Parts: sequence; structure tokens; C-alpha cells
Amino acid sequence: MAGVKIYGKPISTCTARVLLCLEEVGAEYQLVSINMPSGEHKGPAHLARNPFGQIPALEDGDLVLFESRAISKYVLRKYKESGTDLLKEGNLAESAMVEVWLEAESQQYNPAISPIVWQSLIVPKMYGGTPDQAIIDSSLEKLKKVLEVYEARLSKSKYLAGNFFSLADLSHFPFTRYLMITPYASVFESYPHVKAWWEDITSRPAFKKVSAGMLGS
Amino acid sequence: MASVTVYGTPLSPAVSRVLACLFEKDVDFKLAPVDMAKGQHKSPDFLKLQPFGQVPAFQDELTTVFESRAICKYICNKYPEKGNQTLMGGRDGGLLAQTSVDQWLEAEGQSFNPPSSALVFQLAFAPMFGFKQDPAAIEQNEAKLANVLDVYDRRLGESKFLAGDDFTLADLAHLPNGHILVSKNEDLFMSRKNVGRWWVEISARPAWKKVVEMQNAPLG
Repeated sequence: MAGVKIYGKPISTCTARVLLCLEEVGAEYQLVSINMPSGEHKGPAHLARNPFGQIPALEDGDLVLFESRAISKYVLRKYKESGTDLLKEGNLAESAMVEVWLEAESQQYNPAISPIVWQSLIVPKMYGGTPDQAIIDSSLEKLKKVLEVYEARLSKSKYLAGNFFSLADLSHFPFTRYLMITPYASVFESYPHVKAWWEDITSRPAFKKVSAGMLGS
Repeated sequence: MASVTVYGTPLSPAVSRVLACLFEKDVDFKLAPVDMAKGQHKSPDFLKLQPFGQVPAFQDELTTVFESRAICKYICNKYPEKGNQTLMGGRDGGLLAQTSVDQWLEAEGQSFNPPSSALVFQLAFAPMFGFKQDPAAIEQNEAKLANVLDVYDRRLGESKFLAGDDFTLADLAHLPNGHILVSKNEDLFMSRKNVGRWWVEISARPAWKKVVEMQNAPLG
């Protein structure tokens, strides 16, 4: 089976989400670098892959895809014979829980954590700008409320969707990885089950490999 | 007899997203009201169903599900033979059709939803609940939404619906916020030829009309 092409950057959070899935299923792939500083992501060639001008995009033969969570599902379904089942689509109740906690990542966790990472890491390091502390502070308060829910969940369940590792857990990795190299990493200390879950999932070989390509490794 | 219960009010966009899916799929359900004004959504009993204290929650004999887009997918997976059978991809579309639906459902969740929800709050809910509107927030989010709708206009010039030839969950997901926004400022959608055509078509679907009837029904 020929490998897929991923257009993006290994330091990008959403690209990392897709690379993790590829590594988890052991798929062959080619990473094609998109030059963000020169605006390549907004040029016509890339807009033909991702009309929102964002990374990543996937090419697999004639198929072109965007949105990292959709690409992730495609990769996991395409390579489901690999033996790594992170979607549980053979089980109605389990797959429902994977979708629930993937949506929780998408709609609750991500909106709280991404402004913290954006302001405290990306703005100064990539754009030479000044962090907006008001945004960081209000996002931290939102993140704490989300982490309270996660703490309760992970006190009853080894992983988010159940007692099995799934795409729902994996999807949290990229932004959390970056939070951990900011001063705000300490927020996890107050949530011991969340912290233990984080230590568990980051011990996976796929995570170590993708993490090595990200900032601060 | 319905084994399906949806918790919430039809006036909530996220709840109405689930109701639209249930009507499309011809799945019977019971609507259990949640009194947000009295804080019922933060009560211990409700938090057992939905730990973030938000509506909707969904319960059947097998499980409890929350997050409206996850609920919609569950309904489609549980009842593949009922009602509309192309909501998650074409009849024989397989992986490619399903993937296209996933992609555009993510576009709704990540690109359309944030600015449209902010505008729905500012233009509809703030005045309803006596909050002060924020003109800067309205302007910023209208600009963001305009960029998203420009992308949609190009896509809908090439494709009948967002994910392809069939109406899918990807289109359905836009109905709740779209309905409120069009009632406040129809120009946003209708000034764009293809978005306008698409909006007229999806909002005319009988399943959506049933949801709007529920929203307009007198209280009590």
C-alpha cells in the first residue's frame, strides 16, 4: 500500500495530531513541509488542498483532506488492519464514548488551552510579540473547570472513552505537550488523575517520536 | 414507545441540532426539559448525565451520550436503516463519503461554530437575557464569519451540499446557528449566491421545520 502525503510542519499542533495517528498504526507516510513564514499556506497550491489555508492537509492518491481530526479518523480507518483500534467502530457503546470525548477535546478542552499556548509560546517565539496576560488568565480559569471534569472522569476510567486508549486521548496531546513547556504546566499538579493519564499516554512510543519533532524537545 | 430521551430546551442551538437529526432519522424520542433559569443544568442529577453542565444530554437503553455532534453520529450509527440513510455519507459511499462528512462537520465545529455562536449570543441571547451587546465583538465575529462563508460559497459552487451530492450531518450541523443569524441579518448568507441557494434548500427540509415549530411553541 503506497504511503500518504501530509502537508504541514512537525512543530504544528494539528500536524502532530495526524502524525501521531500515522505512527500509532505504523503507516508509511511522507511529510511535505509548508513554509508558513513565506505564506505558502495561503497560496493557490495549498488552498487547493485546504480552502481555509491551514495545515495539515492529506493527499492519498486522488483524495485530498483537511481538518486534523477528520484526517486522523481517515488514517485510523484506512489502517485498521494494523491491529491498532483507536475508534472502536465495531462496538456501538464504545465508539459513542470515543466520539463524546473527542468532541469534548474539540469543544471544551481546545478552546480553553489553545489561547494559553498561543499567547505564552507561539506569539513570543514565532512572532516576536508580547503575550496578552488577560487572555492567558481567563483561559486558565476555563481550563481549570474543564480539568475538574476530566479529573472526575479519569478517577473512574483509565482513559477518557473507557478502559482503552483511543483517538479521544490522543487528540489532547499536541496542545498539552506545548502547555508543558510554558510556566502554566503547573496547573496539572492539582489534578492527580489527569497528571497520571498524561504521563501514561506520553510514554507511548508514537508520542515520544512525534514529540521529538516539536518545539522544546 | 420511545427509549430515547433528550434533555434540554429546543431553543438551545445544540439541542436543536440533535432534534433535527432525530427527525431526519424518524427516531421517536421524549424531550425532558431542563430549567436553565433555575440552574437545573448545574444540579448534581444533571451533572451525572452531562458533566460539563450543558445541554443537550441524550439517553437510551444502551448508554448516555453528550456533545451534540457526537449524539448525532450515535443516532446515525444506531439506526442505520431508519429514515434518512445518507446523513453520514452516501448509500454506497463507504469510507470516502464518510470522510467527506467528517471533514465538513469539523469545518463547522472549528471554523463556522465559534464566530456564529458568538454572534448568536450577541444578536439573540444578549438582548433576550438583558446583557449588554458588545459592538466590537459583533464586528470581529462578522468579519471572521464572512471569511468562512466565502470558503463555503466557493465549495457550494462546485458541490450541491458541503460533503457532496447528498444532504448530510455536515449541512445539518449549521441549521441551528444559521436559522438565528438569518433571522437577524439575512444578508450574511443570502448575499452569497451559492450559500444562499444552499441555505434555502437545507432550511426548507421538513425535519428542520419540525424543530422550528417546537422552538416557536408556546411555553408551559
